[in-house]
Order: sequence, then C-alpha cells, then structure tokens
Amino acid sequence: MRMTTSDEALAQAAASGDRDAFAALLARHYDRLFGLACRLLGNRAEAEDLTQDICVALPAKLQGYRAEAKFTTWLYRVAMNAAHDRRRRMASRGRAADGWGDWEVNRRHANAEEADRTDWLTRAMAQLKPDLRDTATLILAEDLTQSEAAEILGVPAGTIAWRMSEVKKALRARAAEEMTP
Amino acid sequence: MTDDDDLDALRAALKASPAPDPARKQADLSAAMVAFEKIHTPAQESEDAPRPSIDRPIWGRLTQGAKRMFNTLTTKAGLTVTTGIVTAGLAVAVFLPMQQVGVPADMTLRDPARTTAAPTSGVQTTTERRELRLEKFADEGARPAAEALQSQPQPRTTATEDAAPAPAPQVFQEPFTTDREALAEPAPHLDRLMIAPENDTEAFANAAENPLKVVAEDPVSTFSVDVDTASYAVVRQSLMAGQLPPRDAVRVEEMVNYFPYDYPAPEAGGAPFQPTVTVTETPWRDGTQLVHVVLQGEMPVIDERPPLNLVFLIDTSGSMAEANKLPLLQQSFRLMLSELRPEDQVAIVTYAGSAGQVLEPTPASDRTKILTALDNLQSGGGTAGQAGLQQAYSVAEGMAEDGEVTRILLATDGDFNVGLSDVDQLKDFIADKRDGGTYLSVLGFGRGNLDDATMQALAQNGNGQAAYIDTLNEARKVLVDQLTGALFPIAGDVKVQVEFNPAQIAEYRLIGYETRALRREDFDNDKVDAGDIGAGHRVTAIYEVTPVGSPARATQPLRYGAAETVANPLEELGFLRLRYKEPGATESQLIETPITADLGTATTETRFATAIAGFGQLLRGSDQLGDWSYADAIALATEGRGTDRFGYRAEAINLMRLAESLSR
Repeated sequence: MRMTTSDEALAQAAASGDRDAFAALLARHYDRLFGLACRLLGNRAEAEDLTQDICVALPAKLQGYRAEAKFTTWLYRVAMNAAHDRRRRMASRGRAADGWGDWEVNRRHANAEEADRTDWLTRAMAQLKPDLRDTATLILAEDLTQSEAAEILGVPAGTIAWRMSEVKKALRARAAEEMTP
Repeated sequence: MTDDDDLDALRAALKASPAPDPARKQADLSAAMVAFEKIHTPAQESEDAPRPSIDRPIWGRLTQGAKRMFNTLTTKAGLTVTTGIVTAGLAVAVFLPMQQVGVPADMTLRDPARTTAAPTSGVQTTTERRELRLEKFADEGARPAAEALQSQPQPRTTATEDAAPAPAPQVFQEPFTTDREALAEPAPHLDRLMIAPENDTEAFANAAENPLKVVAEDPVSTFSVDVDTASYAVVRQSLMAGQLPPRDAVRVEEMVNYFPYDYPAPEAGGAPFQPTVTVTETPWRDGTQLVHVVLQGEMPVIDERPPLNLVFLIDTSGSMAEANKLPLLQQSFRLMLSELRPEDQVAIVTYAGSAGQVLEPTPASDRTKILTALDNLQSGGGTAGQAGLQQAYSVAEGMAEDGEVTRILLATDGDFNVGLSDVDQLKDFIADKRDGGTYLSVLGFGRGNLDDATMQALAQNGNGQAAYIDTLNEARKVLVDQLTGALFPIAGDVKVQVEFNPAQIAEYRLIGYETRALRREDFDNDKVDAGDIGAGHRVTAIYEVTPVGSPARATQPLRYGAAETVANPLEELGFLRLRYKEPGATESQLIETPITADLGTATTETRFATAIAGFGQLLRGSDQLGDWSYADAIALATEGRGTDRFGYRAEAINLMRLAESLSR
C-alpha cells in the first residue's frame, strides 16, 4: 500500500516517472518542508515562496536522486541549498538577508504567552550567525543526528558539534544578559 | 539555567513554527505536479504553456467553477461522488481564500516592496507564476470537474476519466483512485482540503414544505406576512450563474411577493391595506382550488411623508472587496441618495475590525459630503458587526425626532461574526431597539458567504425588509422604486389567519410561508411580533384547497368524525381574519371577511402569481405538483404577463427557461 511505502522507494519511482509516487511523496513531506523553510528564513512570506520554488524544482532534482542517501536527508539538502540561494538573493535585493528581524510580525499570536515565546525565539535566532541558525534548526527542530546534519550541510560532523556548543554559548550569554537588568 | 534548558527552550520555540496555509499548500502541490508532468511528458509542453493572465477574468472563472462545485456538492448528494473527484474539486476551490475572498493575515503581512521590486533579475516573480498556474486550473481543472459533478452520480471510473483531461486535477485524484486500499486511509493533505467548504458558508433560512392539513383536524392556519424578496434575488443570481439554486434558498412566498401586482388599493381613511381574495382553479391538480389572499398596502402621498433618518451601517470587511459587494453597494446608495429630500438625514457607520462613524448625520441636501464619504469607503480588516451595530443605533437615536422615521440599513455579505456572536442575543438587541422606534433593514450583497438565515432573523426582528442585491437593477428596485415601501411602515405586526369550513373544504395547504408560521393562539396575542407592511407593499398568500367530495382528496374522510361538520350549512369556504397595528400602536385592529367560492376570477395577476408559486415549488423539488413542469409554468406566466412595465415578469419567464434547461 502506497501510504506505507518507504520514502526512498517512492522517490525512485517518482524519478522514473511515476506521478502517483511523486504526489504521495510530496504530500507526505510538504508540511515538514514548509516548517524548515520558516525556520531557515524566519519570514513567512519568504518561506512560502521558497517552499513553492522547491516544489516546482523538485521533479527535476529528483531525477538526480540515486537512493544513496535517506530521502529526507536528500530533501533537507535540496531545501538548504535553495534557502542559501534565496538568502543571497534577498541580500542582493538590498534586504536584510536575515529574515528573523521581522519574524514576530509573521506570527499570529494566540495569546500573550505565545507572543513572548516568539519574541524570545526571534531574539535568540537573530543573535545567531546563519550557519549556527541552520545547524540549530536541523538538530533541534528537525531532530536530526549530528552526522545527518553534517551530511546535509556538507561539513564534518565535528563542525556540527562545535556549532552546537556555540549555539549553547550564545544562548547562555543571552540568558545572563537578560538576568542583569 | 543549564545549557540543556537553553537548548530545550530553543527547540520548543522552533518547533512551534506556523503551519502552512492550506491554499498555498494546494497551489504548491499542484504546481509541483505540473512541473512533474513537464519533465515526464515532454510532448504536452506546448499545451501547457501558460497564457497571459492579464486580459482574462481568471478570478471570475475560478469562483464560478468552485462555487458550482460546492453548490453541486451540497445540493445534490455530494457523498455519492468519488473521493477522487471531491478531492479534485476542493483542490481547485481552496485557492479562493488566498487570492480573492479572504485576506489572510499572512498575505497582508507580505512586504509590498518585495513583490514589486522583484523583477530586477528579469525572471518572472513568484507571484506572477502562481497566477499563471492558477489560471490553468481555473480553465482546465475547474470546469470539467464541475461538469462531471453535475452529471453525477456516475461510476467512479467514468467520472475520473471525464474529469481529468488536464494534468492538474489528476494530481489529487490518482494517488487515491489508482490504489483503492489507500482510500480507506485519507492522505494527510485531505484533512486540510476539507477546510475548504468554509469558504462557501452560505446559510439559508427555510423549513420543510408546509404539509397538507386536514380541515377536520386542523381547520385554522395562522402566519405572519412576509414582504421580503431576498429569496427571489438569490434564485435569480444562482440561475444566471448556470446553477439551480440550493433548495433551501427558495422561499416561495418571497418569490411571489417580489413582483408588483395590480390590486385594488385601500380606500382613504380606512384600514391601511385592502384584502382581496380570489379563488381559482389549480393548474397542477384537477379537483383542487387556489385561494389567493392579497393584502395591498396603501400608498401615502409621497409629498407628505415624514422626514427620514437613515443610518447606513456598512460592512467593510476584507471580503466585501469584490465588485458585486462594496462597489455595488456604493453605486446603490448613490442611486438612492437622489431620491431623498433635503430634510432627510444620512449618516454612515462602518464595521470592520473597528467600528467607526464615517459620516456624521448630514442633511441629504449636502450630496457632495455624503458622496465623498461613500466613495472613501474601503474594505479591509476583520468583521466586528456588533460594535458597529451599537454605534449605528446610538447615531440613529441621536438623529431621531418626533414625527420622523428612523431606520438603519445594514449592508453586508453575511459576516456577522461579532461581539454578540449569539444570533439570539443579537436579535433581542435589535428587537429591543425596534420597540424604541429604530427599525433595521438588511441588504445582502455577493454570494459565497451570504448568511441569509441571519439576515432574515435580524430584519424580521428589526421590523425591516431583508433584500438581496445582486445587480444595480435590483438595487434600483429595492432602494429607489420601493424607497417609500421599504422605509415607511404603514401597518405593523400583520398576521393572517384563515379558518376553513369543514363542510366545504376537506384539505388545505399553504404554499410558502414556512418560515413565518405562527401558533393559532398567537394571532390574538398582541405581544407576538409579526411582519410589517410598508407603504405600497403587497403581500400574496396562496392556499391550495381540496373541496369536500373532490376526487383529488388525498386523505380518506373520517368514518366517525364527520357527523358534526355535515350539519354546517354555510357555503363559505373559510373565514379570513387579519390583525395589524397602526405604526406605533400597541393594540391590534381586526379585519374579518368570509371566503366564498364565487370570489373573483382568474386575472393576469393571479395567473402570474400562481405561475411563480409553481416555479418556486418546482425549484424546491416539491412533490405536490404531479407532472406539472417548468414548461407549464412558462406557459402560465406568459399568459399572466400583463403590462409588465419594468420587465420583472419577462425576466422571471427567462429564469424559468434557464431552470428548465438546467434541470434536464
């Protein structure tokens, strides 16, 4: 049954022209993709456009998929590259490459508590350098292992470990700053 | 705080990211499938080339298709349609909230500078691309899918093949149709798709068709008059859009009362309206008769009418932006303004997110000021009707002086999602203000979100008319030609009670007025509210009656219950009682008159009214008409066309023709 077919099998079928497989695969991963885009770009509108771009580019990209990697890892890599491209373009259009600046306006706050949390997230993310932000997203939000993150970002696993310690440091510094009025 | 706490906090915050917009999601999934098709079926590429979107009314097409689908889904047994088709239909329809109907927060948050500044790279912007894709679905996806739905029920395989010439809709069907087992377990995005019907949140007030009553058991029929005409306009709008109206949208009495009829006017100095009773043969059944009860309201001398205080309470929520909503409303009010007198006063209050008085009470002579305020109205933001309503009432109360008529005209597309979200509370509020002398009429605009049920409820409680405005012509009819009627009540709480004589009549059936039924004891209870008749209004009610001994009788006479009725010597068919209150009075007046078999003969007026009553029943799918058809209705209406000065009747005949074609 299709719903239980592995991502990898679907991806291979899709690469060879099985449109059902492709539809099922994309439906399965769309939400994840959008979530990732939001976290990487920190701006809903940009994330929506990025998600759309990835969706449209995916059929072509899939033809290069060779089942060497887990499909999700492969998809993250595609998304990550697309996000980096978009950041560059955002920068070249004279906008802050850093969408996190206006993150808070992109969230509809159900309550004050959520608003606070979003504010906190915005400040926390804004203080991180983009590569730390990407790493934190993959490890924390996407629950990937350090080696998966390393594969996606194309860096050694040790770099991921180091970046995560940098993330911790930055957060701790922030926390200390907030404690002292 | 430990390191892990910091990370956990960040993890939790990151994971709380927003969910994708369902409409965007569907658009993206569709776009991906188009891209997929292009790669894997290169031969189609030229066909798939997007057409320029600028010179085509793509949103119109899109909405038509989507509406048709939803209407079909709700009116016919949508459940028999395959999941695949439903999915395809919804997939197209969910574009609506994003681009046209709603203004989701995330869209408004987009940085306009970004979208406009984008083309520097010489590449199409994403927005442009998206429109091109949408157009494609509007063209190729929506219509075939809708047609397949309309001709349902079909075997699922046929429907799927018919409905899917274009690649886009297939996207959503095939994963589920080719793998039957998968149907049992909906795909994740199906849940989201099911959100879509919220876009078509029309609610119509109606009740089951009045049943046949046996005179021996239930000789008394009581109802409140209804001068509303909204139902006819909704029916017309549906038929013009190539769609039979939802059955519940058809209220036969409102269709009948839509038309001007020529009946004797009341004599000066008497009651404010003149009842006329006519008994004619029933066109759709041998052996029964139709009893037409017509109340013709007096037409006060226009010159002597009291000054009017009008408060326009205008819904300026985002959904009002469509051409047939706020812009039509502005044109309509402009028309109406020319009919007002210098001593009349106009104020405008809007509601949308925040309520505000846009125009302070201004004499109608200051046209420039009023027109400027009207033209400056813009749609946008959420809807908070109740705050606006309260403000409108306080403005109206400030304008009211003795001897003047004060009325609020609430114009909306159906958004009443307000502070007082409970319709009953809202009704009480309006009823309370009505008793204080401020009346309320409701004008409905646009379709898709029209909350006819609430409109009716509010207008009935506000002693006003609920009208649905679909064209400038209708605006003219409601606001200009009938300005006096809509705005000047001449009789309040008008109740009709007919008692049938069991010696003459075996069975009766009231055609229409399902939503206006009153309890028998409420007729004499002056505390019970009923409909009003405005200046020049006329109200027609039609009973189908079966005389005793007629072969058309549907029920057997009672073997043991008949004794006492046989002794009744009167030749009257029944007895008509009317109660009404003079404007402002608290005690009702009574008019009584017997109904006899020799009352009147069929005229063009009764023929036309009968044809419309039959038409309405056909649209409702009534089982009371035998094999009487649209063709018969057309023939009868043509016979009853009369002078038809404004062409209303001719228009109705055209609608009958449309309905005839659509029902085949």
